[in-house]
Amino acid sequence: MSAKRIDPARDVARTATAEPVTITVDGESVTGVRGQSIAGVVMAAGGSASTGGALRRTAGAGSPRGVFCGIGVCFDCLVTVDGVRDVRACQRRAVEGAVVTTQAEGLPTRVERGEGEHRA
Amino acid sequence: MPVTPLQRHTADVVVVGAGIVGAAVARALVVGGARVVVVDRREAAGGTSGSGEGNLLVSDKGPGPELAMAQRAVQLWPALTAELHDELRTGLPGGFPDLELEPKGGLVVATTAAGASALRAFAAAQRPAGVRATELDASGARALEPGLTPDVALAVHYPDDAQVQPVVATEALLASARRRGAVVLTGAEVTGPLSLRRGSSGTRLAGVRTTRGEVAADAVVVAAGPWSGEVSALLGAPLPVLPRRGVILVTTRQPHQVFRKVYDADYVGAVGSGDADLQTSTVVESTASGTILIGSSRERVGFDAALRVEVLRRLAAGALTLFPGLAGVPVMRSYGGFRPYVPDHLPVAGPDPRLPGLWHATGHEGAGIGLAPATGELVADLLLGRPPALDAAAFSAARPSLAAHLVGAAA
Amino acid sequence: MPEGAQVRDVEVLVVGGGPAGLAAAAASRRAGARVVLLEGGDDVGGQYWRHLPADRPATAEERLHHGWATFVRLRRTLADDPGCQVLTGASVWAVEPGAGPAGGPAAAPGAGALVVRVLVTPAGAADAPGRQHLALRPAALVVATGAHDLTLPFPGWDLPGVVTGGAAQAFAKSERLAVGERVVVAGAGPFLLPVASSLLATGARVLEVAEAAGPAQLARGWGAHPQRLAAGPGVLVDKARELAGYVAALATARVPYRIATGVVAARGEGRVEEVVLARLDATWAPVPGTERVLAADALAASHGFTPRLEVALAAGCAVAGSGAGAGFVAVDAHGATSVPGVWAAGEVTGIGGADAALVEGALAGLAAAATTSGAEVERLLRRRRVLRAFADRLAAAHAPRRGWLAQVSDETVVCRCEEVTAGRLRSVAQATASAVDTPAGSRSLRLTTRAGLGPCQGRICGHAVDAVLGRSTPSTPSDPSTACARPQVSHQRRPLAVPVRLGELADLPPTIPTTSPTTGRPDPEENLT
Repeated sequence: MSAKRIDPARDVARTATAEPVTITVDGESVTGVRGQSIAGVVMAAGGSASTGGALRRTAGAGSPRGVFCGIGVCFDCLVTVDGVRDVRACQRRAVEGAVVTTQAEGLPTRVERGEGEHRA
Repeated sequence: MPVTPLQRHTADVVVVGAGIVGAAVARALVVGGARVVVVDRREAAGGTSGSGEGNLLVSDKGPGPELAMAQRAVQLWPALTAELHDELRTGLPGGFPDLELEPKGGLVVATTAAGASALRAFAAAQRPAGVRATELDASGARALEPGLTPDVALAVHYPDDAQVQPVVATEALLASARRRGAVVLTGAEVTGPLSLRRGSSGTRLAGVRTTRGEVAADAVVVAAGPWSGEVSALLGAPLPVLPRRGVILVTTRQPHQVFRKVYDADYVGAVGSGDADLQTSTVVESTASGTILIGSSRERVGFDAALRVEVLRRLAAGALTLFPGLAGVPVMRSYGGFRPYVPDHLPVAGPDPRLPGLWHATGHEGAGIGLAPATGELVADLLLGRPPALDAAAFSAARPSLAAHLVGAAA
Repeated sequence: MPEGAQVRDVEVLVVGGGPAGLAAAAASRRAGARVVLLEGGDDVGGQYWRHLPADRPATAEERLHHGWATFVRLRRTLADDPGCQVLTGASVWAVEPGAGPAGGPAAAPGAGALVVRVLVTPAGAADAPGRQHLALRPAALVVATGAHDLTLPFPGWDLPGVVTGGAAQAFAKSERLAVGERVVVAGAGPFLLPVASSLLATGARVLEVAEAAGPAQLARGWGAHPQRLAAGPGVLVDKARELAGYVAALATARVPYRIATGVVAARGEGRVEEVVLARLDATWAPVPGTERVLAADALAASHGFTPRLEVALAAGCAVAGSGAGAGFVAVDAHGATSVPGVWAAGEVTGIGGADAALVEGALAGLAAAATTSGAEVERLLRRRRVLRAFADRLAAAHAPRRGWLAQVSDETVVCRCEEVTAGRLRSVAQATASAVDTPAGSRSLRLTTRAGLGPCQGRICGHAVDAVLGRSTPSTPSDPSTACARPQVSHQRRPLAVPVRLGELADLPPTIPTTSPTTGRPDPEENLT
């Protein structure tokens, strides 16, 4: 993604420079600033290599999805944070060292009738 | 709302209720050559059929007529699904949606010694009736379901339990019936009977009046689920059908981790009981879309659909007893419906003894989805004068255990 | 343990910390009631005053907002007031009919019989597992849950880089992050202007602002009785000034603003790379041959707003079925809903912007504290009338028109969560229709196609699914050409207003169930809870 944080020198609001915050996304280090959401950090960094910038892949078609509504109502931006699934990246603050993995679970395969066996 | 003017329809049979039982009855009748009109005050699958899980179970039934009906249904479902696939191209791109019939099997799990001995005895009673039930210990159970709690005292695997998408199945049965000439009127609420005086032998039911016109027919089959009591009363011969509320939790899509229907052994006990208070008994399964369904609750609260957080708590606690690893899984919605039951807890399928022309196909409690094809077949067999595949007397409204509750027909 | 022991009684409970909720809380306090305000986000302000976090201050933050001083004053007043408890990170997840005192059945329907279930999360830790439970029983409830963007689907709207106007604003104002470097802003309504302005103030280049409504529609809304606008009270002069500010910002940055223009597609490999705009006719249908392709890396699309109804619906409030307020919580001039003891204010009652929300919130807050007369109330009622008339113009000027469906191809995803295309919806509807003139049941279609059954539970797609299936109701019955996709209420019912993890449900304190139905509220029309 080509999201971009404002150049502080040109910020009419004169926002203070914030300390950096570094998280990992699918194993890659990504740095943003304190106070940002995980989605904001990922967007500004162009996403992660494995996801090509997407936050998630859909279950049916494997289509890439990023932020859509930005306010926590569309649930498109769900990521796994520190092992906990289904966290809205646009609502969760980026905390130093957070381990974020993108979700792409796919659909279940049918279980056929069989005594004592299962297929994963 | 429909805008066609009031019409008068004529049919051999009018089926009241476009849920899965009404749909199955209608299709069985048209396949048998009858002219059928189906009426429903709302939309197809607008009642209980849209509020369940899609259970096709033998595991929860002890020997008796309902088990026999379930076993018949288990035989009928695959052939029925194949026929509907051929007729409607179900599951094909651009075709009708897939019924998602999945013979995934069921696993009943006891986590206490008392539960284990009850489960063992129950399975032992089922086997002579032809139910396939295999005992497993904890490691055998966890080989089937790796996410299961290690605290398994006993598990029984029922390979014949299956799953279907109930709303798709209902719509497919109706679509098939329509293709063969059935007329389906939605938004048509029954307001009263059409009656014929039969000389000195009293009246017979000759159809129904609805908000979309009259339907004259030789027989009226009431398949209105928990509202069958209301409808049958309107027609002059009330059947004591009452609602029993059930609620299901639906999780977000998860990586596939529950492979069969998995029940707590208490499921068996809850079905037949008459307690008014809230009962929950755990059922956990995945759907084809990747969500996990968690049931099931039973309450007698009339038709009160208000949310009760205590029900959600108990369902969640029960699910985590069986699958502790699901604690982090989000529940995104809950839905509920009303199961139809009669005082002796057996489906009613057949003619009413008080009012000629009135037939019943209801009272399936929580088993209506699975039992629908067998019910449809039984009612059609009886209506069309063919020898039925099941013991009709057991499901008759005139059976002794139910007859005591029947109020005489209005003159 | 009886239910009463864990449920906390509250005098006035306000749900929502945006302009309406803040004004309601402050007004209730002025009238002498004790207040608890619940805000789901990390801080109050709602979407309108979405702002930087405390650990990233700005010395001129007011330049990113409108009415910033009002917000700061309200926030400080409530924070300093011991009679008002503000809980952030507090999401209402369920509203249930509760028992009355001592665990017996509730005496009468109304707020006193409701128990509001809340999950509280530490700051910043949205969706954390193991959140803390609260159960609150308000004597008076004010619902001020606001609205979110309504975006009409088009091919490619599900590509990364396509966001709503609200998303562009949220990232610009709370993170000083522009969603792209070359952004197209498209949709309908005056909201496009502050979106474009925020993007400019965040260093983005805005390529174009495209407003779908054409000159005739805009004139009908804005131009009717222009003298009423010009001679209006201060609030309208203030609005005119605000508008002029946005227009000036766009002009300075040489951003083209085109009307009767809409987005008809977004294209790209893995993310948006091109945005296709076209001229729209008076019905909002794209005019063939007028397509223009812009190379963009982000698209902010917003065609209006849709109210967040779930808490109001869970509390039993009726939704207006017709008229200007159709699809919103039905309220009287003081914000009273159909449920005694429950009021509603702000965008849930009708899209009117922050000015209307502040007025409606104050009226509802006063009413919740048993104050429905007096000089302040009279003044607020007068202001409300002016602002409502203004909001009605706005709705007329920018309401979506049916022709937008022409841009939805069979391959266009309509339900994003479950990836259900328009073609799939149409073919299943046809296959399951019981007769030519009787459309297939909407509930059956949801359960069959899964449209609306994903995590967003129909919030984003519900209106579009209904429109694709031809179930829209006219926004102004007297003028069918304005027929648009109004949110149908059934898909807005969400017994769980936010997702709750199984472990959190299991950790609820047990309740002794009442043995008889509490409100006895039969719901035969909606078996789906």
